[in-house]
Amino acid sequence: MTSLPTPAPGAKKLGLVIDLDTCVGCHACATNCKEWNTSGHMAPLPDRNAYSAGQEGVWFNRVHAYEAGEGEEGRTVHFPRSCLHCETPACVTVCPTGASYKRAEDGIVLVNTDICIGCQLCAWACPYGAREFDDDAGVMKKCTLCVDRIYNETIPEPQRVPACVSTCPAHARHFGDLGDPESAVSKLVAERGGVELMPELGYKPVNRYLPPRRAPKADAGPPKEAGPLPSRITNPLLRWVDKVLSR
Amino acid sequence: MRYFGGSDSAGDDQDMPDDGGATDRIAYSAPIGDEVKTTTCYMCACRCGIRVHLKDGRVRYIEGNPDHPVNKGVLCGKGSAGIMTQYSPARLQAPLKRVGPRGSGEFAEISWEEAMEIATGWLKHVRQTDPRRLAFFTGRDQSQSLTGFWAAQFGTPNFAAHGGFCSVNMAAGGLYTIGGSFWEFGEPDWEHAKYLMIFGVAEDHDSNPIKTGLAALKGRGAKVVSVNPVRTGYSAVADEWVGIRPGTDGLLIMALIHELIRTDRVDGEFLVRYTNAPWLVVRNPGGADDGLFARDADGKPLAWDRTRGAIAADDVSLSAVLVGEFTLPDGRRAQPVFQLMAERYLGEDYAPEAVAERCGIGAERIRRLAAEVADIAFNQPLTLDIPWTDVWGRTHETMVGRPVAFHAMRGISAHSNGLHTCRALHILQMLLGAVDTPGSWRYKSPFPRPIPPGLGPAGRGAKPNTPLAGNILSFPSGPDDLLVEDDGTPIRIDHAFSWEAPLGLHGMMHTVIGNAEKGDPYKIDTLFMFMANMAWNSAMNPLETIRCLTAQDEDGEYVIPHVIYSDAYFSETVPYADLILPDTTYLERWDAISILDRPIGSSHGPGDAIRQPVIKPDRDVRPFQEVLIELGARLGLPAFVKEDGSPKFKDYPDYIVNHQRMPGVGPLAGWRGEDGSKKGVGEPNKDQLQRYIENGCFWRHNLAPEESYFKHANATYLANAKAMGMMGNSNQIVLQIWSEPLQKFRLAAEGHGAKQPPEALRERVRTYCDPLPFWYAPLEQQQHDTDPYPLSAVTQRPMAMYHSWGSMNAWLRQIHGSNKLYMSRARAEAEGLAQDDWVWVESRNGRVKAQLSLMEGVNRDTVWTWNAIGKRAGAWMLSPSAAEAQRGFLLNHVISEWLPAQTGPRLANADPVTGQAAWYDLRVKVTKCAPGEDGITDPLPTLLETPPNMPQTPDILRYNAGGDRP
Amino acid sequence: MNPAPSIVFFTVASGAGYGLLFWMGLLRPLGLVPGGAAFGAGAVGLALVLIMLGLLSSTAHLGRPERAWRALSQWRSSWLSREGVAAVVTFAPAGLFFIAVIGGKEWLAWWTGLLAAAGAAATVYCTGMIYASLKPIRQWHNPLTTPGYLLFGAFSGAVLLAMLAAFWGAAAVPAAIAALLGAGSFVFKRVYWASIDAAPPVATMESATGLGFIGKVRPLDPPHTETNYLLREMAFRIGRVHAARLRRIASLVGFAAPAVLLALALPMGGVPAGILALAAALLALVGLLAERWLMFAEATHTVALYYGVGEPR
Repeated sequence: MTSLPTPAPGAKKLGLVIDLDTCVGCHACATNCKEWNTSGHMAPLPDRNAYSAGQEGVWFNRVHAYEAGEGEEGRTVHFPRSCLHCETPACVTVCPTGASYKRAEDGIVLVNTDICIGCQLCAWACPYGAREFDDDAGVMKKCTLCVDRIYNETIPEPQRVPACVSTCPAHARHFGDLGDPESAVSKLVAERGGVELMPELGYKPVNRYLPPRRAPKADAGPPKEAGPLPSRITNPLLRWVDKVLSR
Repeated sequence: MRYFGGSDSAGDDQDMPDDGGATDRIAYSAPIGDEVKTTTCYMCACRCGIRVHLKDGRVRYIEGNPDHPVNKGVLCGKGSAGIMTQYSPARLQAPLKRVGPRGSGEFAEISWEEAMEIATGWLKHVRQTDPRRLAFFTGRDQSQSLTGFWAAQFGTPNFAAHGGFCSVNMAAGGLYTIGGSFWEFGEPDWEHAKYLMIFGVAEDHDSNPIKTGLAALKGRGAKVVSVNPVRTGYSAVADEWVGIRPGTDGLLIMALIHELIRTDRVDGEFLVRYTNAPWLVVRNPGGADDGLFARDADGKPLAWDRTRGAIAADDVSLSAVLVGEFTLPDGRRAQPVFQLMAERYLGEDYAPEAVAERCGIGAERIRRLAAEVADIAFNQPLTLDIPWTDVWGRTHETMVGRPVAFHAMRGISAHSNGLHTCRALHILQMLLGAVDTPGSWRYKSPFPRPIPPGLGPAGRGAKPNTPLAGNILSFPSGPDDLLVEDDGTPIRIDHAFSWEAPLGLHGMMHTVIGNAEKGDPYKIDTLFMFMANMAWNSAMNPLETIRCLTAQDEDGEYVIPHVIYSDAYFSETVPYADLILPDTTYLERWDAISILDRPIGSSHGPGDAIRQPVIKPDRDVRPFQEVLIELGARLGLPAFVKEDGSPKFKDYPDYIVNHQRMPGVGPLAGWRGEDGSKKGVGEPNKDQLQRYIENGCFWRHNLAPEESYFKHANATYLANAKAMGMMGNSNQIVLQIWSEPLQKFRLAAEGHGAKQPPEALRERVRTYCDPLPFWYAPLEQQQHDTDPYPLSAVTQRPMAMYHSWGSMNAWLRQIHGSNKLYMSRARAEAEGLAQDDWVWVESRNGRVKAQLSLMEGVNRDTVWTWNAIGKRAGAWMLSPSAAEAQRGFLLNHVISEWLPAQTGPRLANADPVTGQAAWYDLRVKVTKCAPGEDGITDPLPTLLETPPNMPQTPDILRYNAGGDRP
Repeated sequence: MNPAPSIVFFTVASGAGYGLLFWMGLLRPLGLVPGGAAFGAGAVGLALVLIMLGLLSSTAHLGRPERAWRALSQWRSSWLSREGVAAVVTFAPAGLFFIAVIGGKEWLAWWTGLLAAAGAAATVYCTGMIYASLKPIRQWHNPLTTPGYLLFGAFSGAVLLAMLAAFWGAAAVPAAIAALLGAGSFVFKRVYWASIDAAPPVATMESATGLGFIGKVRPLDPPHTETNYLLREMAFRIGRVHAARLRRIASLVGFAAPAVLLALALPMGGVPAGILALAAALLALVGLLAERWLMFAEATHTVALYYGVGEPR
């Protein structure tokens, strides 16, 4: 049923917190996601024209690069984009078959590919481009938040996180319960001013993005202890003549 | 396995949505695969530990090994795409023998026996007649301790890997200055640094530790400054981006030095204790000893003591005078290194105002940066409560550091002024007292090494059937160590270690094919290459390289008679070889990331690693190293045969375990000794590989806290390093501001000594072998009119393909399937160019067509592109219409491998001291294409034909090793 | 948004079919259209054919058309499901209406016609709501979207009915209705266009990325260098000139011309009226195809912002 579940108070809201300050754009999250999921719950993630012109495939995670601001004052930002597991996801409510659903117990948005008819309306309804149409199988696929990893008892506990989080070399991805204000991810969001994407649309995304830290403006003037002015120095070497430097 | 149903899943009893949710079949606890094996990644030079999960014999998942010291569980974009490298249809299938003309792609598949016989035949003839006529050059492999040893056993001086066209300036600059360098040689103190300045870093051999380290640094509020013409990757996350003009980093660094000395922000104690700043330099202009260190009777350098005058510089009671001119007991005049250095950098040439315009960075900003690093270094020192003992036997209660770290990479290295720039950076570190101290840059074990690290290179007196004694790629200390004939003619085919490149430590692969074609200094018989795509992206000017590979003499014979090539994939170079020895993938092989080469050590201690085969090859291929060992045996190379002439090693693992370079020292340092109890030095252990496998395929020795800093002067560290065989002695490694080896070359150019450069090179050697770093305009730019070519042009490899070609990987080629030329938006708009315009990029060497992209984060006088994305049509099993061939382009086409024509010998477009290929000295102009010229790149060489029996490429790839759903 | 031919054809054809069914169900009991079996069979039959062709065409858009039946299950939340349910439910009275009309069972025709009309209106309402409920597409998430679908369905149905009635020489009422609706549609569509032209984008690259606090956001590199599903489907862009031309075609050919032609036909009768009504119908359908194509082509989806494909300005 594509009506949204009414989560019990305190129900988990699993999601990702992505640190745009440290993401260097290595695409590890994207390819690790791909390798996990192409043999995972929504397998396969096919690739069309894999070795010819027009190569494209199903990816649950895509890393954009942007520039914000002008010239040297600006910032290059690498921006991984995947499903935000919204609290009020229209991709679920528009689904005519019930294939698209949001789980009450942890908030993960999934697609049951056995009953998806491939109408793609969910892709239209998602403002974030999180839906990935597998035109080979004719069904919609998407980020599962690695539902087949995070509860997997055959994996050591510390690695029971989504593949993208586990692999991120810059530790720019964090996974946890954003419904619990005391969780590490919630605290991180509070501390760093994590933002929702396009909050104006009202989908209440669970994932948060930590904005790039902004350094103080360049050329703000030299620090106080900048040393004597050039005009005051005749021969700087003279100062060393009487310096005693012992071991 | 548990299946989702009702309340069975995550533990709570919520009402589940019915329908989709109720019927979705989720295997929550499916085992990842049926088997997991550890090995070492090879998608680049970072050498991360990986866990490879297999299911039904196929690779299900590759993840970082959480226990591995390099990557601690993380894995980058390339490593995570390893499955597609493993199963690429571009994998060569079997040995091939050329049957048509070179380049035609007409090959016959042959057996390994036939292939080995052919190779042995050619090589045996060469070795019996003139071993120099074998040129053996490898690419991005990581087995130089074997390949270099093999070449020496063969008896040819003509061996190198790809370092000469990669970053030898950095290696030489570091090894001759601080006894270490960046990448495998050193790293920032990620745990303690408060300020990190990186120069020219796009990616690095240390790719994952840098990413993790940057995050840690930023997480605790340390400032990261990136000096780079382009703001991508690591520069993107920097707190400050300094968009410098390529080739002027040395100016900026020397201006920072100028500011530090001018404002008296210099760590004098560090200089006196750990560097040659107090050493006395003989001042005798015109004399044979001018510029050499004043030494006592034992050859020990002298310093000037305040009360005692000239005494041995290593005297613990030295009270050094750093400024002045003194008369030595023998009457000669001498000055401390410090004074000579200070005078040079205090000169007006290096004042911020003087360099600002050329660097594209304001003088005020340079002053601020200098003040910032000085503030951190001197006002915020970092003290660790760790007692340690110095080389004078004195115990210090604490370790006090200057928490300013530097890191640099190819961006400053790949210029013809790169050696001096790299050396200047190390001098900057020394002035700040920021070498291997808490919070600064740190050595990775087994570095530091003595300066220079060893004896001169082997290569003189090559004789038939005779190995060369020593290492081919080694460390000259002066003219006597050069590989030149009496008349100054180079001995090596690439002219490394000649007067053209006296410190050509990594060889000069970029000149090999051109020189071989020209017969300069002699013709060769066999060109043997491994994993080096010299007919395409590894070459400066690839079309000229192809011309040389296919050049024929009057008789119609190829000028380079035999070309043997080993690679795992159908690269652009394959069609130009006569014999193809197909290699395995990285998951199908044994390997040693050897302590004898550049192992996986870190500042926390030495380490090395192995690769083990995790899957069986499904093709008739063999690991190159195993082939090399067998060839060694077939050729009867002494180290590869027993006394009866039979093969000494049955395979590569046998070699890894049982080969001893010196008694007790072999490729791997871990679990030596018969019972595996010894580290570094010990008898071979037959169970060694098993012990590595049990440990996740790596070995790591962790340094004790008291030996983890000041390693160049830390008695505990040096003694232990010697005991483990990492060093020949435990003497202090005195950091070298003034480089005496360079001064020796200069003296020779000034007419002193038996070995002197030929006249045509005399002035060049005199100028550029300066014992103190200086800045000069890149050679290429000095030698042609750059006015018509106003823009610098550089390249970088994208992180997702760094140090691996990647286009045969179905996933990575989606990320980078074609490349554009990036230009400053403001500059483009001023010149009437717009986003996605097609443009000609023209240099003195030719032109290439590309599509334009505009950005903010690029120096206004610089254009750049991602390197090696453009592929030649047909190669790598990509369809000819693939974007890589149609819209991808190589900047290499407009880069000349030679300096502009002039009188005298043809000289490489390279650093005049090290021979480092000067990729980034390129100057270009960019003009809009004529209407109708857009849409496709140019030059567009002919389609490469596919070798026989290559697999079909699927239109749709449905990779799934996971098995059926429940 | 990508104007997929299957969907453009589907909404135009089924819209016209439902419109025709609606007017037949409404006007026939009132005796305002010819009451004979032949006319009824022709008109209701045409309506059913158009509806079925449209629905068939819409399944071409599905990845798994054999599972289309599943779309009926989620009527409680999904407008697409409701549309499916409404369409299926409407087939019952519409089928009976058809049989009753042929069989001359006036009492049955009377109430099945009304029910079919109600079903037709409901179905088209649902169709409109599918689009109107999509917040990421501001040109659709607009109060005029659903009324537009209803209006254009009613108009195209009336035009078709007028055409058929003209062949029977009794086109006065449907032609008058169609002419009025045509004129109304002409005005309505212009109001709609003015509304979407004036409205600001629903989001910006700055809000889509959360990076606006630094400054203007521009794309540097896309995640992949070739195109993909999202770009093809949701970053379709139409040139200004082309859009303006299509708007003229849609409004003049689709609405104004049929209205004028039918107004002219009103006093005429006979063969000339038939010809004019036929021409009006053909023009209306051509214009509506253009209108519907534009409805997609001019619609912008927020996901395009991530690729730096902003709104055409």
